[in-house]
Amino acid sequence: MSFNTVTSSFKVTRRRRAPLAEAARVGLIAGAALVAFALIGAYAAMDKRHVVEDLLTLSQIACGLMVFAAGYATARDGRSGPAAALLHGLVAGAVAGACLALLVWLTVSVNLRATLVAASPALARALSLGAPVASTQALAQLPVLGALLAGLGAAVGLLPPAGRHAMTTGLGVVLVAGLFRDVFASMLDNLPDFTGPEIELFGPSGLNPGAAPVLFAAGAAFSLLRRRLTRRAGVPRSGASRLGSALLVAGVLVLPLVTNDFVAQVAMLVALYMLMGMGLNIELGLAGLVDLGFVAFFAVGAYTVALMCSSGPLAVADVSFWLALPVAIVLAACAGLLFGLPVLRVRGDYLAMATLGLGEIIRVLVLSDALGPYLGGSQGIIEIRHPSLFGLELKSPASLYYLALALAAVVAFVSWRLQHAKIGRAWLAMREDEDVAQALGIDPVASKLLAYTIGAAFAGAAGAVFAALIGSVYPHSFQLLVSINVLAILVIGGLGSLPGVLVGAIVLIGLPELLREFGEFRYLFYGIALVAMMHVRAEGLWPAAHARENVQPENAHA
Amino acid sequence: MSDAARSATEPGALAEWLRRSTWVDHILLAIRIGVAALVLVGLAGGLTAGTYSAADFASFALFGLTIGSIYALIALGYTMVYGILRMINFAHGDVMMVGSFAGLFAAGALNDVGIVSAWPLLALPLVLAAGMAAGALVSIAIERIAYRPFLHVRSLAPLICAIGMSFILQYAARGLFGTRNRAYPGFGWMEGTIGAFGLTIPIPQVVAFAAALIVLAGLLAVVKLSRLGKAMRAVAEDRDAAALVGIDVSAVIVATFAIGGAMAGVAGVLYALVFKQITVFMGFFLGVKGFAAAILGGIGNLGGALLGGLVLGLAEALGPALILEGYGLPAPYQLKDVIGYGMLVMILIFRPQGLLGERLAAKRA
Repeated sequence: MSFNTVTSSFKVTRRRRAPLAEAARVGLIAGAALVAFALIGAYAAMDKRHVVEDLLTLSQIACGLMVFAAGYATARDGRSGPAAALLHGLVAGAVAGACLALLVWLTVSVNLRATLVAASPALARALSLGAPVASTQALAQLPVLGALLAGLGAAVGLLPPAGRHAMTTGLGVVLVAGLFRDVFASMLDNLPDFTGPEIELFGPSGLNPGAAPVLFAAGAAFSLLRRRLTRRAGVPRSGASRLGSALLVAGVLVLPLVTNDFVAQVAMLVALYMLMGMGLNIELGLAGLVDLGFVAFFAVGAYTVALMCSSGPLAVADVSFWLALPVAIVLAACAGLLFGLPVLRVRGDYLAMATLGLGEIIRVLVLSDALGPYLGGSQGIIEIRHPSLFGLELKSPASLYYLALALAAVVAFVSWRLQHAKIGRAWLAMREDEDVAQALGIDPVASKLLAYTIGAAFAGAAGAVFAALIGSVYPHSFQLLVSINVLAILVIGGLGSLPGVLVGAIVLIGLPELLREFGEFRYLFYGIALVAMMHVRAEGLWPAAHARENVQPENAHA
Repeated sequence: MSDAARSATEPGALAEWLRRSTWVDHILLAIRIGVAALVLVGLAGGLTAGTYSAADFASFALFGLTIGSIYALIALGYTMVYGILRMINFAHGDVMMVGSFAGLFAAGALNDVGIVSAWPLLALPLVLAAGMAAGALVSIAIERIAYRPFLHVRSLAPLICAIGMSFILQYAARGLFGTRNRAYPGFGWMEGTIGAFGLTIPIPQVVAFAAALIVLAGLLAVVKLSRLGKAMRAVAEDRDAAALVGIDVSAVIVATFAIGGAMAGVAGVLYALVFKQITVFMGFFLGVKGFAAAILGGIGNLGGALLGGLVLGLAEALGPALILEGYGLPAPYQLKDVIGYGMLVMILIFRPQGLLGERLAAKRA
């Protein structure tokens, strides 16, 4: 698991090109990304969403950001003076824009639709940006626009750090406000005696054009102000991150109260994936076991609750959710024990494949006609009763969100304690080097088995809540994709880090649900995110404490 | 009588085993016995039930050999990459899907100019070449993105990157080519059946099987006889030493990925010939099956990949009829995948070195 164990002295070195060639190369990469973005159908799908009312759509912003990033990257190369860097940025942008123009021309003049379904006249129309379709003007404006945007990116890249930070903060504020218009608008709606502003701030689908520059200026000013304040007061970074965590917790607690049911539903899903994420975190993050059959335990928990709390024909009992929950957890843990015993002697990549096979076996079995009379086959089990608390039925998304959140809090506490207990240290030791750990007297089979069983139990709890939330379970809810989702959450958030699970779940589950146009491409985004994280920031968005210590040894542990 | 004789002759061995083994070994032994009993009881039931005739079984077996040869082609990619990098290329199954789609578009283009129906024997190699080229290109891209940056460190990064690449390939293909099933064009006379030994065999099955064997033989020749093959074996043996004697290790690794990807491309086209329908999501699970075949034959062993593929194909084709039918289960063919995945899990647990068990680096397994 450690990211720096050298296994071979053989290294691959990268050739450095001349700055102008490098700029052209960056431009080509950006152009390829733009063309791919258009051809997978993302451009057309996201073009319907206005981030700034009647001015900028989501897809235009996405493309703009790609070109902007290309310009920024060329300028940050740092091998040439400001004027040359700016010129290189312009070149990169022009190249990227030219790639897109070529695509438009090809779409119109050659019929590509038999092969590439997205290369439609609609795409050419959208990419012509209002000019006559595929006219000289439409084709010429793309490289020019690209050069301008990339030049802007290069200019930002050349600014001193304070200015750069202010610019990116301002852009970020506008983007977040525009993208999550629904969330903010519903929050403003729920504020008492405060009915006016959302009309001025937000239009029917995005920001109002007048509000965008104001927000940008506010974000940039805030960044500059904060920078000056922190420098003067000398506040250490840990204080800032503590404030960040406090804000995060407060936001998590009040979120469904101040927004609408849809957001509460999304928050509920996030909490559910956090539960599962913490389960897999024990297995993968602490003990280093790559488990791709994790969804099987989720299924065990869900089917247990479904069979015990349903009034349908397949139910074996009709008891309270609170009675079924412990049973589900215990059964999932037993399944973990049963699976883990044989499988845990294989290591690394092999374990991933073995668990994947086990998870698929469970899914195929549940789906088959052979077990159909007991588990409902592809019809699933329906009419699962909602849990009730003190005679109050937990039915609304918000109340179910708090149920999942409470369970997640318990699980987080348990895994936090486990992590710092003797067994947690044993897991970490085993993850770093199994042979050394064994030599130190750690029983690898027993500690792995414990990790696997506890992880399975957490997944079972998540499955139980899932069944209660949805009110029905189907085999199709338990595909391999769920395991991959959870794996991605951990990798993005940071392996072995509990706050990382929260961050990962928000980024990977919450955002795609809130950005509906984006949801269609979420798995593509997951794949890109997994690859990018491994290349850029292998320790995750919110790394575990020990990973951070490795990076900054001088930073004293609080 | 025999029990007494055995306990008299080898009391030491049994006692020794009991003394050395742990509770985990006992449970594993129990699982072994349980699985063996399940298979034997099912086999007895299946043979006595008499639902299927001998001809049925023969045609199942032929089908099993066809799909098995496709598994074997996929398994080759896993085995070659594993032999050199000691890592599993998780995205390999999706390389096969890409090859299949490339073949589809090539076949479509050839069909439009009329070559497919006029000279099917000329069209097939062209389509195969398109699949091979696409597979090799995608495989090289995977190596570039997911493996090369992490060559000198040991970590989970390549595995996670490869899982990411697999998703990128699947969902990019979904966006590019659409979600609906695509049908391969017919290859003229190759669509018929031939009768032999009282059986009716679809010609695509025969063609696929023969093509798989030819490609495999070509690959074996490359690895055993050519200079590149020699370099590959050297890099597999010791990467540092190979670099010391002047072998371009990077180039050899790229060539290995390219050849593995080309094999997957062939597998994709042959799969499409036999099954006619392809989707963008077919690659992943066929990849898992190919991996199972590679493990079954002994990973790192080219002949083993062929053997493993054929055994897995036969087991999946015959298993439901022979074993599951014996338990009187409804619709046993739904559980075909259970047999495939079950074999994967069992092999990984009990015989990770595979059937043709070469050495297995226990450190990495």
